[in-house]
Amino acid sequence: MSALEQSAVADRGGPAQPLLSVKGLQKHFPVRESGALPWVKKGPARKVHAVDGVDFAVAKGETLGIVGESGCGKSTTARLIARLIDADQGSLVFDGEGVAEFGGMALKDYRRNLQMVFQDSFASLNPRLTMEEAIAFGPRAHGLPAKEASARARALLARVGLAPEQFGGRYAHELSGGQRQRVNIARALAFEPRLLILDEAVAALDKSVQAQVLNLLRELKEERGLTYLFISHDLHVVRYFSDRVMVMYLGQVVEIGPVEAIYGAARHPYTGALLSAVPSMDPANRTQRSPLAGDPPNPIDPPAGCRFRDRCVNARAVCAEQAPRMLPLDADGRHFARCHMNDPASGYASSAPAANPEAVQ
Amino acid sequence: MSKPLLSVRDLNVRFHGERNASALNGVSFDLAEGEVLGLLGESGSGKSVTLRTLLKLHPPARTSMSGQIRVGDTDVMALQGRALEQYRGGMVSMVFQDPGLAFDPLYTVGEQIVETIRAHERIDADTARARALELMERVQIPQARRRLDAYPFEMSGGMRQRAMIALALACRPRLLLADEPTTALDATVQIQVLLLLRELQRELGMSVIFVTHDIGAAVEVSDRLAVMYGGRIVEEGSVADVVQRPAHPYTAGLLASTVVDVPRDQALPAIPGAPPDLAALPPGCAFAPRCAHASAQCREQVPALQAMAGDERHRAACWHALLQPAHA
Repeated sequence: MSALEQSAVADRGGPAQPLLSVKGLQKHFPVRESGALPWVKKGPARKVHAVDGVDFAVAKGETLGIVGESGCGKSTTARLIARLIDADQGSLVFDGEGVAEFGGMALKDYRRNLQMVFQDSFASLNPRLTMEEAIAFGPRAHGLPAKEASARARALLARVGLAPEQFGGRYAHELSGGQRQRVNIARALAFEPRLLILDEAVAALDKSVQAQVLNLLRELKEERGLTYLFISHDLHVVRYFSDRVMVMYLGQVVEIGPVEAIYGAARHPYTGALLSAVPSMDPANRTQRSPLAGDPPNPIDPPAGCRFRDRCVNARAVCAEQAPRMLPLDADGRHFARCHMNDPASGYASSAPAANPEAVQ
Repeated sequence: MSKPLLSVRDLNVRFHGERNASALNGVSFDLAEGEVLGLLGESGSGKSVTLRTLLKLHPPARTSMSGQIRVGDTDVMALQGRALEQYRGGMVSMVFQDPGLAFDPLYTVGEQIVETIRAHERIDADTARARALELMERVQIPQARRRLDAYPFEMSGGMRQRAMIALALACRPRLLLADEPTTALDATVQIQVLLLLRELQRELGMSVIFVTHDIGAAVEVSDRLAVMYGGRIVEEGSVADVVQRPAHPYTAGLLASTVVDVPRDQALPAIPGAPPDLAALPPGCAFAPRCAHASAQCREQVPALQAMAGDERHRAACWHALLQPAHA
């Protein structure tokens, strides 16, 4: 057994323990004021509230879909989890062990257990490495002898449906988008990871190729007992692919629950609006009215209280006064939403309707 | 049917360079006045090339074109110089996928619309600006007067695309070409832009060709759909015909692999293989290598579009169409 496999972390806590649990994750990016002209007076320092207190857990072997508009913080969340950027606050616990904290799991081990596949298949491959080298690169960096790393790369290429003798020696520009994304998946698997973050991994592919890659990801998951964080803007694909779905809005989780609950009985007005913005595919039943007006708001100055209230048809005075809490909505505690309408204690029922210029009536 | 606004006959486009690519191979279609045609296809199917050819935007030195394009009474293939400039934007205009790239970053949106109007019509700057404002209001840009003086980077993606549509409509074209206008937008913004396009098309009575790879978006705005593959139209018909009764195996496969209601525990019905290489198209049907129904005939002879039984306007180019052909 190689050094790489020996140090890979095996299942410890058993199936009941979440594979990854994220607590209070927060990232604010400072806005760079134009500093080119030093005599121009700078405004107060502002911050992009990219991720603002995100909590969730991913069970072993499950697929958690993350949806939301651009700027809602879904990709930043993924990058924070992968530790590609450092969080301002919050903690990550991987299979019961704190990540990169005293007595916890070393960052290097963590990263081997977690891999990421990005949207742009071309930008995420080194143009000067052949596909075999690209896949073998990571394991070699982690101490696997070159020969074994190459053998592993060839086996993985074959597994993702690319004949190693045909594709192993090619460079990224010699492959189609679908083939490159297969290589990216193979490269992610080269570490034998337990968690795979798929950040819009199939978004750039043609529909017919997208279906092939989704099928491949499903097979790999069964075969290797993988856990997926699946970030996508395609709500049809998320419904098909995920066990649970997390809806984000302006840096916060607004609703999370089993896929049937989110798609069948959404309890946050934003989730409902997002889902009904999907084209119907039925020419006799076209969309007549846009469920939401305007663009996603700017995460620099999120509104006080409920962040969605400016665009919400149900907004009342209380929504501006206090921020809603994340509330459990079902008996087994799997479905949560952040909305005053679900909270009898919030005073929503007796609150006056808010004048709301942007909301579509 | 009365005389169509746009008539394309046997259009062939080849690009030369390091590799030769047959981007369009005998494309023919008609578009009636006030009709919306959705052009569906994957990357490399020739849908964007078709649009660019309609405006003659390909570099002449590296492109060879043959066939016929008529818009109204204009023979587009023969247009040159000043007449071509007037045709572009005046008679036919285009909305591009990425409004961030289509606008000049150094001029305000208002200046760019005014410039376009004055390039086509002899009117003074104030009148042109008033018209630009009217256009910005028409595409439902909030605070249009203020946005006229905004630079493209100061606008969000959805607003830029609205401004792009305003620019395209500046000279009241009879035909609007929309090249993946909503692909780069969020779902919530996409539906707004789709509804806007539908509304403007109805109000102004213009014809639209809407190019997309997203069947859902095409269904929302189109009257008819044409499906392209390997530089050819492989199926065309009303939206309901194509989406609910596909005749070409490729259309059927594309619809099946567009996940809408596939049960979660089932694998997706994916089309095997990859889209064809336009530099080396097979001699027969370009879809034959990926098709479960392919026979020896498919590999040797290119099928022509033929009408399906019961509906003369539903046509497919397939030797083994999934529906009964009208003249079997």
